[in-house]
Amino acid sequence: MTGENAAMNTIKNYILEEFLVGEDASKLTPTTPLMSTGILDSIATMKLIMFLEEEFGIQVSAHEIDEEHLNTLEAICGLIRSKS
Amino acid sequence: MILHACLDDAARRWPGNVAVMETDGGAITYRDLDSLSDRLRDRLVALGVRPGDRVGFWVRKSIDAIATIFGVLKAGAAYVPVDPGAPPVRNGYILADCAVSAVIVESRFKEALLAQFSEHGAHPAIIALDGSGGGVHLRAALDREDLGAGVPSVRSATPRPDDLAYVLYTSGSTGKPKGVMLTHRNAVSFVEWCSETFAFTPQDRLSSHAPFHFDLSILDIYSALKHGGTLVLIGEEAGKNPAELARIVDEMEISVWYSAPSILALMAQYGKLGNRSAAALRLVLFAGEVFPITHLKSLVAQWPHPRYFNLYGPTETNVCTFYEVPTPIPDGRVDPMPIGKVCSHLQGVLLDIEDKPAGNGAEGELCIRGAGVTSGYWNLPQQSAKSFVAVGAGASYYRTGDLVIELPDGNFRYRGRKDRMIKKRGFRVELGEIEACLYRHPEVREVAVIALENESLGMKVHAHIACKRGEKLSLIELKRFCSERIPLYMIPDAFSFHSALPKTSTDKIDYQSLKAIG
Repeated sequence: MTGENAAMNTIKNYILEEFLVGEDASKLTPTTPLMSTGILDSIATMKLIMFLEEEFGIQVSAHEIDEEHLNTLEAICGLIRSKS
Repeated sequence: MILHACLDDAARRWPGNVAVMETDGGAITYRDLDSLSDRLRDRLVALGVRPGDRVGFWVRKSIDAIATIFGVLKAGAAYVPVDPGAPPVRNGYILADCAVSAVIVESRFKEALLAQFSEHGAHPAIIALDGSGGGVHLRAALDREDLGAGVPSVRSATPRPDDLAYVLYTSGSTGKPKGVMLTHRNAVSFVEWCSETFAFTPQDRLSSHAPFHFDLSILDIYSALKHGGTLVLIGEEAGKNPAELARIVDEMEISVWYSAPSILALMAQYGKLGNRSAAALRLVLFAGEVFPITHLKSLVAQWPHPRYFNLYGPTETNVCTFYEVPTPIPDGRVDPMPIGKVCSHLQGVLLDIEDKPAGNGAEGELCIRGAGVTSGYWNLPQQSAKSFVAVGAGASYYRTGDLVIELPDGNFRYRGRKDRMIKKRGFRVELGEIEACLYRHPEVREVAVIALENESLGMKVHAHIACKRGEKLSLIELKRFCSERIPLYMIPDAFSFHSALPKTSTDKIDYQSLKAIG
């Protein structure tokens, strides 16, 4: 498993455990929309940001808290990649 | 008693003042806003819009949207804002329901709009904008249509006080949203109360956090413009971002903030307010739902200098009671703030279960009458009639459906609803509308949606489902299904699956036992 796949899996598992308890893991794909479908509401988004900052040692700025950067696992990994 | 007169007056008195700003830099003076809205007025009249018509708009919050509002009012029509982020099906229903004769729509929503009308054949006249922001796109659309001959310039309409100014749609318990009709008298009497109570000046810079289909926007737009102040538009994305909002309040020198409590609670927790002086902020107004006391204390502790007001009132009356929060808030306080006393332009009474005035200190349904109160719902005469009650010598009061108790100091305290409506992020949510949506899912056999108070969410919405086949459905798929039919704030926070829902002895779904599950 490459570093990137590991990151995506970590984030995927966090989202499943925190916000989609009981869901079949295969339903959460790299391109499943998260914010626009209500899976990540405002509070969940804030919790996710805190998780990403702690887990990956990054800082997420205010203008990165939007659908462009966070709406899919792919986008989130892209955001993390851009910080390294 | 003409709502748009405030812009005419302001354009004469303060033509060079900035009327509206957008957070990414767009700005427009009173003079330019006045003339841009005049141009839209002329175009609408040329398209056949007549006084008394309804005109919809499906445009992101922007200077273009503000100019649209005033253009519609000047044409003598009532504006009908739709939530740009709501599912097209819902917006199409709203625009067709009130039979709009024209719609101003951003091009990217145009196909979705037309799809809603195609079954009925005719569709309203459409003015399509290439985007929104700065007033540029509305101006460009009008320029495009003007090529060759312009349209005749007409005089702004002079509506009567009981003519409609706007229709705001709210959640309906049967699954269809209902349109609250609001007149020039309703709006102006409320705006005058705001002026008396909050003493706005041309130096004020008011945030516009609420979307235009939410009645908090009435205070924002018309208070700012009536007094020559500046309205600072906050878009939907920024509006959900607590740290960004703290920055905007501070750097754009907002002096008056008005929103639902939930975003203020997020700002208190995640907005890093301690880093922001927000020195210009003199008023924090909140309305729409109960403000959890923990987060209100935290907010006041971080920003102690403004005055804080709890405003209460349904769309049908706009604000009808208000309460100033004494600050600082004592640590030991655990109850939510009262909703206060009835506004001076209205009268209120508490009715008991037999619709008689409730005795001293007893709980009753708060009922309101006066110049600010709606005459009813668009095209729903029975629903409208049910919402009013004759009290005493026959004066007709609007039933808020809220149970309230009068405290010894004369302030009202909110106790709960009579029915199955709750507030999420300040918006009205009929649990029945969520159920109607889920019943449309092909795999759902039975559904019951309950709501329980929750310290961090305010209200937690829990959908209990019995499937036709199999044990459960994908949460991801269910949320996506909902997001295509109802606004995001109506999507349940939790879903549980049952082989069958519990029933009462009369074979109806047993909501009480579902609530006990939690």
